[in-house]
Amino acid sequence: MSALFLILAAVALAGACAAMMLRGLVHCALALAVAFAGIGALYLNLGAQFLGLAQLLVYVGAIAVLIVFVILLTRGADSAPLSPAARPITGIVVATAVFGVLAWAVVHSGAIRSPEQPAPPVTVRQLGVDLMGGYVFPLEVMGLMLTVALIGAVIVAMKEKQGTQ
Amino acid sequence: MTPLAGCLLVSSMLFAIGLAGALTRRNTILVLVGIELMLNAANLNFVAFWRFGPHSGPSTGIIFGLFSIGVAAAEAAVGLALILAVYRHTKTTDLSQLNGRGQ
Amino acid sequence: MAAMVWIVRYLWLIPILPLLAAGIGALLKQSQRRFAAAIAITSIGFSFVLAVIAFAHLLQQPERVFFNFPWMQFGSEWVKLGWMLDPLAVVMLVMVTFVGLLIFVYSVAYMHHDENFTRFFCFLSLFAGAMLGLLIANSLLLLFMCWEVVGLTSYLLIGFWYERPEAAAAAKKAFITTRIGDLGLLLGMVWLYGQTGTLLFYDHGAGCMEQAALSLLATHIVGFGMAASTGIALLIFCGAAGKSGQLPLHVWLPDAMEGPTPVSALIHAATMVAAGVYLVARVYPLMSAPPGGALVLVTWIGAATAVFAALVAVAQDDIKRILAYSTISQLGYMMIGIGVGGVAVGVFHLITHAFFKALLFLGAGSVIHGCMGEQDIREMGGLRKWMPVTFATYAVGMLALCGFPLFFSGFWSKDAILHASFGWGPSRVPFYLGSIGALLTAFYMTRQVCYVFFGKRRTDPTTDPIAESEAAVSDPHDAAHESPVAMTGPLVLLALFAVLLGLIGTPAWPWLQAFLEMKSAGLDFRQVLEDGLPQLMLASSLLVFAGLGLGWWVYGRRPIEHAADADALERLQPAVFHALRNALYVDQLYALTFQRLAWWVAIAANWLERWVWSGVPLAVSALTKGVGWIDFSLDRWVVNKGFDEGCNSVADGGRLLARLQDGRIQHYLRWVGAAVAALALWMLLGHRG
Repeated sequence: MSALFLILAAVALAGACAAMMLRGLVHCALALAVAFAGIGALYLNLGAQFLGLAQLLVYVGAIAVLIVFVILLTRGADSAPLSPAARPITGIVVATAVFGVLAWAVVHSGAIRSPEQPAPPVTVRQLGVDLMGGYVFPLEVMGLMLTVALIGAVIVAMKEKQGTQ
Repeated sequence: MTPLAGCLLVSSMLFAIGLAGALTRRNTILVLVGIELMLNAANLNFVAFWRFGPHSGPSTGIIFGLFSIGVAAAEAAVGLALILAVYRHTKTTDLSQLNGRGQ
Repeated sequence: MAAMVWIVRYLWLIPILPLLAAGIGALLKQSQRRFAAAIAITSIGFSFVLAVIAFAHLLQQPERVFFNFPWMQFGSEWVKLGWMLDPLAVVMLVMVTFVGLLIFVYSVAYMHHDENFTRFFCFLSLFAGAMLGLLIANSLLLLFMCWEVVGLTSYLLIGFWYERPEAAAAAKKAFITTRIGDLGLLLGMVWLYGQTGTLLFYDHGAGCMEQAALSLLATHIVGFGMAASTGIALLIFCGAAGKSGQLPLHVWLPDAMEGPTPVSALIHAATMVAAGVYLVARVYPLMSAPPGGALVLVTWIGAATAVFAALVAVAQDDIKRILAYSTISQLGYMMIGIGVGGVAVGVFHLITHAFFKALLFLGAGSVIHGCMGEQDIREMGGLRKWMPVTFATYAVGMLALCGFPLFFSGFWSKDAILHASFGWGPSRVPFYLGSIGALLTAFYMTRQVCYVFFGKRRTDPTTDPIAESEAAVSDPHDAAHESPVAMTGPLVLLALFAVLLGLIGTPAWPWLQAFLEMKSAGLDFRQVLEDGLPQLMLASSLLVFAGLGLGWWVYGRRPIEHAADADALERLQPAVFHALRNALYVDQLYALTFQRLAWWVAIAANWLERWVWSGVPLAVSALTKGVGWIDFSLDRWVVNKGFDEGCNSVADGGRLLARLQDGRIQHYLRWVGAAVAALALWMLLGHRG
């Protein structure tokens, strides 16, 4: 539990809180990006360099931007007041309960007592060998799924030619 | 507090925050944001266990995380496309106004 | 039986032919009058012929033959019926068919103008058939059945003009009064059957009039030291008293005059009322069985009736009513005759009475017809000039009734009765009563004849308003006129017999008595001088002359001038006269007592019926309704409501549950989150435990 870890964790958490609590949608999106960045930094801290960078590239670079795009595209009719559909207290209570349970599990479980270990050495080359070797099937499926998702997103978001508005 | 426990707590907090937002915010985009946060929290769990927990393979945690990121990306794309489509239909992204169709 | 002559085998034809005529007549239309009359007259004509043949047979060979057959099974026993032919029956048969035939012919003219001509002949034939069946019955049951039919036809014929309320009331009165008597007869019948096990009169020794049964009944003592035979005899006499108008059941006969005159002649003078006397004659072996108290009562009642009716007849003004009371009186004489002297004495008077009473009634009918329907004798007078034939025949009948000596049959028959009652053991009072009655008979008949045929013509028929229903009978002539031959012919014939019949019963040649007892009689004039007979004959003749003379003196010398004039006797003794005119208030007495009683019993029965007997089904129905209401309420409030509540709570529950499915995604998510937390907690706790 180094200080760096704590700082990075704090950043991620702050960004997450901000993303969930801010009023302006774009602010939320940007806060989200900060949170993503913090999480990526955490990955780097934990020794998962490839994953950390992948996180930054994909999440911060693509998904956060996408979210900003959509926010901008769906501006208009309502300037969403923050009053939620139902009382927010119920959701917070549920979330707190879930956190409570998880935290309690973490604190009281035996697996936590495992000693400190150095990071397992994983090279990019190792990852590539694993991907093409033992995990080739999920990789191909992943490719297919991304293709489908791409096409699907395009079709769904496409403007309708026929007028059935 | 072992580092693993610390990571797990952080990820739990992230998860809780994401859940709270998904449950409370009215805008569909923000619900999606919460979901992304939850996914990320889960990812962090994987990495923490890869780093500190018992091993099943040297790179299993990383691989899993990569796939998770990929899936999350695809899901975000499709979800946002849906939000756009709904917006075009109903001119709103307000969840409370999109609710109740099931009734 | 090979020895049975065909007439005995076919004896049943005698009643059946008129019954057939009645059956056919019932189906005819009103317009087929001639056919209806033709079949009626033909049927009774044939019956008459058959009766004569039977009579001839018995003249050759006096015996009693009978033919029994089983009729109905009653448990293990058979009820048998049968018919018989014996001297008593054959004499009655000849009389009834002959008089009936004459009256049928008379009716053709009398009822000529009536629109219900066909119905009249149908009923007359029915009566004839039933009466003849009654006469030949060998079983008390068969006799009773015919007795009832005779009563029915009497009712139908008295109320023939049913639109008249008086006629309908009279018919009802006749029926009810005879019914009271019939109840006694029925009880006697049942008792007899119970004791002897048979209702056949003669059955080769097993019949109830034969020695075995009679000794059984005579020795069987019931309460009050009375033998069963006496008890049964008294009960049977009740029926006879009702039918024959004895005191106190006589009240229906005068009212029965509401019927057409042929009906009065046939039924209420000659035949039906004689049925009671015939019944007593038929069961005479029972009546006279050794302890023998029944005949004493019969005699006393007969005597009382004879005098009572004669007294009342003195003060009557309706021509038919006088004759009706006269009939009651003569029936009393017949009962005296049977009671004191046996079957022959009573039946002789019955036969002679049938002829002259029928003659008198038909004559009265002729008078009424000639006077355009007038029946009040005060409104008539001097008719002998206008209706000579009627007058002559009426005079013959009247003298026969009075018992005018020697030439008229009534003298001989009434004398037989007086002679027998003179020598009666228990008492001589019936003799004295009978003598008084004879005096009164002569008196009132003279009164009637004087009023009707002598004196001045009191009203002018041309100015008279048409009176009552009998006017429908009259011809559209202006003056009182003699009746047509169809009416006067029978009158003449009957008058002839009223004279000649006396010859069959004189003491010199007591043919009838011998015939009835199945002995032979010789012509012996010395018989007349025996046994105190000459003195008796002289005495009764004196009585008759006295009555005639008195009647002539009071009514004949100075006949009343106007219809409104009071009767001579009325001037002398108004109170007595009024009492007699109202028949000594017997009807009023009955109205006050029995009718009142019957009325109250009817009201009580009605109350009982309505509240108690109907109360049970009413209570049951109320109970059922109550149960039904409870059931309904249970169903409505408990079952239905319970069910409804159940369903409602299920629906509410569902509604509550449905609120989960409100389409709000974030709600769902909350639930999911909560569930995850709970599940995780449970698993963790489980592991720790």
